[in-house]
Amino acid sequence: MNGPDSKEQQIIRLPFFGIPRLYPYIKQYVPRIVLMILMGILSSLADSAYPLFNQYALNHFVTQGTLVGLKTFILLYVGMLVLQTLNNFITCYWCGQVEMSVDRDLRNAAFNHLQTLSFSYFNQNNVGYIHARVMSDTGKIGVMMAWRLMDIIWNGSYILCVLVVMLSINWRLALYILALVPVAVVLISFFQTRLIVLNRKIREINSTITSDINEGITGARAIKTLVIERRIQNDFEKDTENMRRTSVGATHVSALFSASVTFLSGVALSLVLWRGGMMTMAQVMQIGTLSVFLSYALGILEPIQNVIQTFSELIAIQVNVERLTRLLSTASDVADSPEVIEKYGDTFHPKKENWEKLIGDVEFRDVTFRYPDGDEIVLSHFDLKVPQGTNVAIVGETGAGKSTLVNLVCRFFEPTSGTVLIDGRDARERSQLWLHSSIGYVLQTPHLFSGTVRENLRYGKPDATDEGIWEALRLVSADGIVRRMDHGLDSDVGEGGAMLSTGEKQLLSFARAILADPRILVLDEATSSIDTVTERAIQDAIKVVTKGRTSFVIAHRLSTIVDADIILVVRDGRIIERGTHEELLAQHGYYHSLFTRQYVEMSLNEKHT
Amino acid sequence: MHQQEKEPYKPGKGERFPSRSSMVLYFLKGSTHYFLWVVFFSFCVSFLDMLNPKLIQYTVDYLLTAGQSTLPAYVGVIVAFLGGQEVLRAQIWRMAITVACIALLTGICRYLVRLLNSKGAEKLMRRMRDTLFDHIQHLPFSWHGENHTGDIIQRCTSDVETIKAFIADQLVMMFRIIILIAMGMYFMVGISPRMTIFSAVFIPIVLAYSMFFHNRIGDAFRHADEEEGALSAIAQENLTGVRVVRAFGREIYERERFETKNEDYTRMWIRLMRLLAGFWCSNDLISGLQIMLVTVVGAVFCVHGDITVGQYIAFVSYNGMLTWPVRGLGRVISEMSKAGISIDRICYIMNARVEGTAGETRKPPMDRDIAFDHVSYVYDNGSAEVLHDVSFRIKAGSTVGILGGTGSGKSTMMYLLDRLYELPEEHGSITIGDVDIREIDRYYLRSHIGLVLQEPFLFSRTLSENISITQSQTDMNKVRHAARIAALDETIDSFSAGYETFVGERGVTLSGGQKQRAAIAQMLVGMPTIMIFDDSLSAVDTETDERIRTALQENLTGSTVILISHRITTLMHADQIIVLDRGRIAEQGDHETLLQKNGIYRRIYDIQMAGADGNSGASTEAVS
Repeated sequence: MNGPDSKEQQIIRLPFFGIPRLYPYIKQYVPRIVLMILMGILSSLADSAYPLFNQYALNHFVTQGTLVGLKTFILLYVGMLVLQTLNNFITCYWCGQVEMSVDRDLRNAAFNHLQTLSFSYFNQNNVGYIHARVMSDTGKIGVMMAWRLMDIIWNGSYILCVLVVMLSINWRLALYILALVPVAVVLISFFQTRLIVLNRKIREINSTITSDINEGITGARAIKTLVIERRIQNDFEKDTENMRRTSVGATHVSALFSASVTFLSGVALSLVLWRGGMMTMAQVMQIGTLSVFLSYALGILEPIQNVIQTFSELIAIQVNVERLTRLLSTASDVADSPEVIEKYGDTFHPKKENWEKLIGDVEFRDVTFRYPDGDEIVLSHFDLKVPQGTNVAIVGETGAGKSTLVNLVCRFFEPTSGTVLIDGRDARERSQLWLHSSIGYVLQTPHLFSGTVRENLRYGKPDATDEGIWEALRLVSADGIVRRMDHGLDSDVGEGGAMLSTGEKQLLSFARAILADPRILVLDEATSSIDTVTERAIQDAIKVVTKGRTSFVIAHRLSTIVDADIILVVRDGRIIERGTHEELLAQHGYYHSLFTRQYVEMSLNEKHT
Repeated sequence: MHQQEKEPYKPGKGERFPSRSSMVLYFLKGSTHYFLWVVFFSFCVSFLDMLNPKLIQYTVDYLLTAGQSTLPAYVGVIVAFLGGQEVLRAQIWRMAITVACIALLTGICRYLVRLLNSKGAEKLMRRMRDTLFDHIQHLPFSWHGENHTGDIIQRCTSDVETIKAFIADQLVMMFRIIILIAMGMYFMVGISPRMTIFSAVFIPIVLAYSMFFHNRIGDAFRHADEEEGALSAIAQENLTGVRVVRAFGREIYERERFETKNEDYTRMWIRLMRLLAGFWCSNDLISGLQIMLVTVVGAVFCVHGDITVGQYIAFVSYNGMLTWPVRGLGRVISEMSKAGISIDRICYIMNARVEGTAGETRKPPMDRDIAFDHVSYVYDNGSAEVLHDVSFRIKAGSTVGILGGTGSGKSTMMYLLDRLYELPEEHGSITIGDVDIREIDRYYLRSHIGLVLQEPFLFSRTLSENISITQSQTDMNKVRHAARIAALDETIDSFSAGYETFVGERGVTLSGGQKQRAAIAQMLVGMPTIMIFDDSLSAVDTETDERIRTALQENLTGSTVILISHRITTLMHADQIIVLDRGRIAEQGDHETLLQKNGIYRRIYDIQMAGADGNSGASTEAVS
């Protein structure tokens, strides 16, 4: 109920159904859409003409008792059917084409735009929400631009044609039916708005149920160990019962709706029968004409219903249009300037020939920083020189903000004021891609892509050879893990690396970073889920690979960082101490207390023995 | 799972549901009568729908053109009721009112059909969901391990929908269409058997064409769905792995991958659209030709005097009424054939055996010694032994530390104790106070063992609800107390919504360490007799780790504590430490004993101490 989709509730109204906002994406399909509309109108003309054939058959053949002209009649009829079929086929096919093309273009645009947005966007919006924008909003808009549009054209022009034909045949009888149209419109709109709200509620409960199921299955182990099966089941049954009641309620409304439409068309029929019957008896009207009116009277309600339904769907889609266009117009708060793009290329068109080699000098110059979605100043007038090859360690409590510095170095965020210099120049003077291509980042929560081990390891270096891959694996002591797998490098790691343990994932993502031979290496608590012996092996590897590279190591096991060239101590998001291990110990400050606390117990014990 | 992909599951003899129909009937319990009423009222709707053309036929033939002919009995009854032919001819409005009344009646019946159908369908749906969910909750943990969660979720959502659609939409619709066709044919034959042949000749053609097409398009739809799934997965991975993508500067690769797949998907759908458009339009053409044929033949018959004008009009409208149902029938039949697969997929879950309950009724006191006696364990899939001949004893109320490498069988040991895994009879025994845990009521056992998992799982509720989830009522004092011991109180207080913070809601995500601490608090609220921390402090820094352990020691009320960790500092104070190496107990004893043994424990101790070696002076100084 409190899920990410609670925003679904909103009904947004945009001018012209948001089409102007989407215009840039549908521009190239406009000529085709116009053709589609024209063909749709032709098709409706044909549809509204069929009862006239019937009228002709009655008035001409049946009442006059002659079969003269039957052949021409059949030929005309069949000819029209065939032409209309062809016309409809092309329209439908084009409609599908336009739908899918708009869908595709929007999806590509959204996906590509996301590749350029900064991390603060991803921190503020969860993956499920963004994913829905890329995958489902685009599809809905595609349908709107093609089928919904055609629905309005088909039904709208059919209604118009029928009204015109009726008025021209017998305007007096036509007025009786015409009088019913406003009643129908009011009635249908009344039900339609109610149904939209109810259906939305149902979708919401449905997504609650889906997440219940999800939780019940992914959390099976937790539920068993906590022995809360009964409680979870009761809560689940509350939701399913709610679903049942709401669904039946919605059906009640929609059933009333269809019943009233049935009744209304019955009324139309009886009106025509009554007035038309009298006219026929008075010889004012032919039987065939009465028959054609009867079929129009029965047939006009469905298109009216369709048009209203289509309009309400268009209204419901506005939320999706709004959300998607907002995503597409979100500007990244870390963006390369036009000059930089001119020289170094943008995200998708890098000009690698202009790229300087990255050496690895990093400098913070009077850096003040506040996260875009926070109001606390995390860094204030911070200065730090990290010459190439320096090993920087960042320590502090869980959640103290150790990743901030690293985020700035990688330019995932930009300083609120001051500058971060890479190789002596403001990081903003070169493109993000240039920097990222030379950074190796191993995350605390390792992320692997579905595919083989080889594909994953090559992620940072697509042309790596198998020898190179094994070399990297050996460096991080992960060669044994891969060798033990059924297909070695060709083994499937599963979706998000689901086939591997967290420790194995960490080792592989470490190997992946090493393989890319980065100039700047970032290890964000990269070894927290590895057992001590393996960790020891990795630490030896770290020593080897950080040699000659600028590196930032975030750790909470202090034993891993005592050799660092400089240690930064973070507390409550601020850097409170810095220096080498010895200097910091000598300061008798926070680091000293952290360090001694970690080892004091053991020392004590040793004393006693 | 892999086995399943090769050969789809089929229910068989000796299982809970030996056949598809037995399971469907089981689910239908309590909703069958709704569906029977639906069929009855559908019959009424069809009949009433057929009545109006008859009345119009009568009006045209006898009132407007003053013909004389025999009337079907029921029309005669209505005419008599309305005052007879002469009165009606003078007052044609009476006939008009009747037509409107019949329409009203039709509307009411139609309303009842929809409402009753929905009542039945939703009741069925609820029963399916509840039963499935309950069943899954009680399946053994090993079953969960063998089956992909994504696959089970899909079965519980889309396959359940498919079965509902099969019963409530397709089956009911099929009945309705058959009734409608039968009645239409009856009325049409009543007007002119010869003309009916011209109309009916199209039915098998449309039916066969429609079934053939839907069978064919079904595969194409499935392919398109798979393509969509693949595309969706690429987007999903890109978004969850956005940091990796950026850190490696691989945006171009990601873009190409996505656009290629997107193009494939789009192409596939456009091809599908052409097929669909071809089908719709050709079907329209066939229906159009049929209507034309009936119009022409009808006109010829009329001219030859075989039928009256009114009959002609009625016949044409009956014919029009049957066009859509016949087309629908083809679709319904081909869709129904697919429901079988979904039923099998649900059967697979429903036929899986739930955790046994036979002969495990004992509820002995749990504050007793725990003993593992020659325990060996092999996973069902026949891989290598996880535990080999493990024997040890844990004194009631003591604290035990367990140390071991990745995959040394630490967690498995705890899962066996909690009976998440079932220890086979011949593989040794685990006892609590000399009672074999296989004889203890499973839920009693688990509720007395608090197991904090290595990967904590929080429910999408508020923090306070999460922490107190094992309690029947939320006692905020208890919650706060537990949070304080788990060193989570300050973190929670820093959230603007405090304990009412919703876990998993957009924007509020807990770090790994915070989740672990929440899971610890969740366990502590119940203060179970046996507490197991399965590496549950790995994401917490040493300082917090120590704080938690100290607070725990202060608040313990005689519980037995089992600590699994990689950190010597976490384990060293335990009364007893067990070192596991590849499923065997390598060393056992307290901290000092183990240090003197100069074995694995000593080696790990040295490694973890290494950082302090060169600076022991400083640390000692701090102590003194």
